[in-house]
Amino acid sequence: MPGDIGPGEALAPAWREYWMRGRSSAGFVIGLAVTALLVAVALVSLVWTPYQVDVMDIPVKLQAPSAAHWLGTDQFGRDVLSRLMAGAVNSIAVSLVAVGIGAGLGVPLGALAAARRGIIEEVVMRFNDFTFAFPALLSAVMITAILGPGAVNSIIAIGIFNIPVFARLTRGASLSLWQRDFVLAARVAGKGRTRITAEHILPNIASLLIVQMTIQFALAILAEAGLSYLGLGTQPPAPSWGKMLNEAQTLMYLAPQLAIFPGLAIMGTVLGLNLLGDGLRDLLDPRLRRLR
Amino acid sequence: MAVFLLQRLAAFIVTLLVASLVVFLVMEVLPGDPAALMLGVSARPDTLAALRSEMGLDLPAAQRYLLWLGGLVSGDLGTSYTYGVPVWELVRERIGLSLPLALIAICLSTLIAIPLGVLAAARHNKPADVGVMGFTQLGVAVPNFWFAILLILVFAVHWQVLPAGGFAGWDAGFWPALKTLLLPAVALALPQAAILARVTRSSVLETLGEDYVRTARAKGLTRRAALWRHALRNALIPVVTIMGLQFSFLLAGTIIIENVFYLPGLGRLIFQAIAQRDLIVVKDLVILLAASVVAVNFIVDLLYAVLDPRLRGGGHAG
Amino acid sequence: MKQLVVRSLAAGLFAAGLLGGTAGAALAAKDSLTLGMVLEPPHLDPTAGAAAAIDEVVYANIFEGLTRIDRRGEVQPALAESWTISGDGLVYTFRLQGGVKYHDGSDFDSADVKFALDRAMAEDSTNAQKGLFAPIASVETPDASTVVITLKQVAGDFLFNLGWGDAVIVAPESAAENKNNPIGTGPFKFDRWVKGDRVEMSRNPDYWGEAAGLAKATIKIIPDPAAATAALLAGDVDAFANFPAPEALGQFENDPRFTVAVGSTEGETILAMNNAGAALKDVRVRRALAHAIDRKAVIDGAMFGYGTPIGSHFAPHHPAYVDLTDRYLHDPEKAKALLAEAGYGDGLSLSLKLPPPSYARRSGEVVAAQLAAVGVKTEIIQVEWAQWLDQVFKGRDYDLTIVSHTEPMDIGIYARDDYYFNYDDAGFKALMAKLGATLDEAARNGLLAEAQEKLAEDSVNVFLFQFAKPGVWNKDLVGLWENSPVQANDLTEVNWKE
Repeated sequence: MPGDIGPGEALAPAWREYWMRGRSSAGFVIGLAVTALLVAVALVSLVWTPYQVDVMDIPVKLQAPSAAHWLGTDQFGRDVLSRLMAGAVNSIAVSLVAVGIGAGLGVPLGALAAARRGIIEEVVMRFNDFTFAFPALLSAVMITAILGPGAVNSIIAIGIFNIPVFARLTRGASLSLWQRDFVLAARVAGKGRTRITAEHILPNIASLLIVQMTIQFALAILAEAGLSYLGLGTQPPAPSWGKMLNEAQTLMYLAPQLAIFPGLAIMGTVLGLNLLGDGLRDLLDPRLRRLR
Repeated sequence: MAVFLLQRLAAFIVTLLVASLVVFLVMEVLPGDPAALMLGVSARPDTLAALRSEMGLDLPAAQRYLLWLGGLVSGDLGTSYTYGVPVWELVRERIGLSLPLALIAICLSTLIAIPLGVLAAARHNKPADVGVMGFTQLGVAVPNFWFAILLILVFAVHWQVLPAGGFAGWDAGFWPALKTLLLPAVALALPQAAILARVTRSSVLETLGEDYVRTARAKGLTRRAALWRHALRNALIPVVTIMGLQFSFLLAGTIIIENVFYLPGLGRLIFQAIAQRDLIVVKDLVILLAASVVAVNFIVDLLYAVLDPRLRGGGHAG
Repeated sequence: MKQLVVRSLAAGLFAAGLLGGTAGAALAAKDSLTLGMVLEPPHLDPTAGAAAAIDEVVYANIFEGLTRIDRRGEVQPALAESWTISGDGLVYTFRLQGGVKYHDGSDFDSADVKFALDRAMAEDSTNAQKGLFAPIASVETPDASTVVITLKQVAGDFLFNLGWGDAVIVAPESAAENKNNPIGTGPFKFDRWVKGDRVEMSRNPDYWGEAAGLAKATIKIIPDPAAATAALLAGDVDAFANFPAPEALGQFENDPRFTVAVGSTEGETILAMNNAGAALKDVRVRRALAHAIDRKAVIDGAMFGYGTPIGSHFAPHHPAYVDLTDRYLHDPEKAKALLAEAGYGDGLSLSLKLPPPSYARRSGEVVAAQLAAVGVKTEIIQVEWAQWLDQVFKGRDYDLTIVSHTEPMDIGIYARDDYYFNYDDAGFKALMAKLGATLDEAARNGLLAEAQEKLAEDSVNVFLFQFAKPGVWNKDLVGLWENSPVQANDLTEVNWKE
């Protein structure tokens, strides 16, 4: 949690200082670079890929990596590199919206619970306990079974399970802030709970939320890949990393490389985001650094 | 303490009741008719109606919910639509795979994680620490199903020393059965080991900074002795709780891993049951899983209360 | 304590002895078989479920009917040793085999036949193929070894239909338990079923006919193609009569330890179209779609070359087959022209719902790409079987779907009212009615040819390919069916070479 910060200077970001500190952290630099690369690849794929993503060329199926196809071709002769690039867009889009849903609903719920206490808090926290009782993947499988498979429905499934994460974090962090002098002063000055939440509470937990979003983003990438692997996520012919792995599994004897590249992409992305998240945490809250 | 216990117990029951209602409602809106699925494409409407009444699908929803709940309480899980045998039998068969699998995985992850975590803490900020932390970063980032595929590629496709999937069954003998569970267990264990190693490391580092350890060192104990004699024992408390929590996650994590390796376990049963609209099996399994997660949480709460006297004074442990 | 030690020692020795025993048996003449299968049967009663996997375990092995279908698809006597048909084709008199016992020791006689048929026809019957019994007016049993079946109308394929798994004879004492403990009259008796893993059966020593060559047969369920490949290579299974991974066949063809036999099946794989759909009710659009599809590319891309192109809903190995594959040649330009003519020159959007099997999913992706090339945009929706039945088959809420129709001689489905193709054609119905009332082989074949022409002419569906049945088995194994005239793994003639 943020240190002792007065109301006026609530997290006035000393970005220059952060940057100086950040440059000295290898993990942060690597994480930032990997994430930037991922975003860049995704953006490039929107306008250009080496081959058309969905066009089949069955005579050249299952080729090993070559000068023409850097990462080889899949069972329909499609270019694996092009599909990986386009798959990045899919992963980012699904995860971004899912985490957005989680934070968008979870933060207000958590803030409300902290501000109002009493019955509202009890309901929100019981709901939290309740969602934690279901393993997230199992629930996601059931949600997609009801709604039908597809990218939008996997966003909903992943999004729902991000809500309690943010609600719990926001409530926990806000509760202690409500006892602080500067909040009490604001209350004495006659400010309403909503206004205090907006002006004093949220700015002070923003850094915490940003860190958590990065971590959740990485988890969402993993979850999307898992759902697609089970055939419940993004539908063909749209490329998705998890789906590519699923298809590769039966072709392992013929073209093992198909099972390797999409996995590397997922791992690299998650690794990058986690390093970025850890780096951000260290930057924004140096006291925790020693333990990490 | 008693009040605290009762509170937690009530929460435990309420959570399960709500869970059962939600699961039931979810199954109600799940598209697809299990009877139609069993009879296939040339079924005639009268045949379908006959089967639906045989399966009890023609009763009103509220009545079916109460019947199901009553069955659960009295230990009767009902009869599987697709297999036509008591669900309990299916669970018993499958748990013989899933439970050992989860146990092996948790043993593996502990055996890997705790020494690594302690090593990293003991050599804080030295190359060993950096190496361990690098490993944990990788372990957390690797999707377990991809890791599983890689294991298959190396051990089953390339070296052909371990099977690519399937379960030999315990009656095939201990070693053949174990062999088929080895790769899945490793695939399950790695991400857990990464998390556990991190927790161990920070927990040991934290206790090393505590006053009594410092006092012990001041009394002339070496860092190593202080580590082993005092820090480790206390540091293990959070580690054990995390392990408890991981166990239920492992049971769920088997959904995807059992699919990769085509193991006839609980995770695969649940996945198949959803696809086949074997609603009764889905309902039962989800409730059993939820109950086990909630129960482990409950036990962890109790352990905390026992281990940490500060919580006993009616403090909030939620 | 001491006793305990002794006992566990003994148990250990016993276990070791058992292991040694099996190893020894493997060196001697092998008389057991482990057969791999992709789908697990939901239960084991063929008279109460549509799943082909049930028949693939029990048909001809555990259960027998009055007649049986042999490996060539011909009708053979089974529990009925002979029969006579009255001049008007309405009365069938069956003479039953003598000395037949069920696996539980009870006797088989004409009362069982009456019970089994009445049960299948009954109001509350859960038989998935009730239509097979629809022509039956009555079943009578003048004596213990004679059954007289009277029909309401002439049914040309009645003897064939009695050979289906859905028409096997079950005993009143055991019928209710057959789902989990099947009791039949066949050459193998059921031992046990480890759900999710395998079904075990062993030779029936009291079988009325020629005893089975195998002493023990285990059917092992391996749903995953990669695992199936591994299991064959490792020798964990001896055979896959229907191998799920066409992509891996090349590897087995080059391996001297295995026999690869690519047989035929009754599975017409079609791109089914909703003939009542806004655009698809126009025959020009349906023909355009047929021209847009390159069957060879579908077979190469989805089936790795295994499969025979078809031009109508009919199996190429049948004597009445007419080759209509040149009716709509792959011609994207013509497809575009036809679409433009029908008013869809600037494109058309259709849903393509795909059930789970990999043939459907893979073919679907190829088909979608080919349709895109002529300006037809498809939205692929992957569904589970439950949803497919609900939405496509029952609800007819779809534009396109891909599925293999695996029942033998099923061209008649196009004459059904309210069938999911929504093809409601009086001419075709009349043709099928005429076929039902015709007994003469040559006349029947002529009508069947006419029916094939008609379906191709109306381009009811895009007919993709006849499903191949790639079998892979140990080279020393003989007697497995190469072709699949009915969905079955008849193990009665299977043997290991000396």
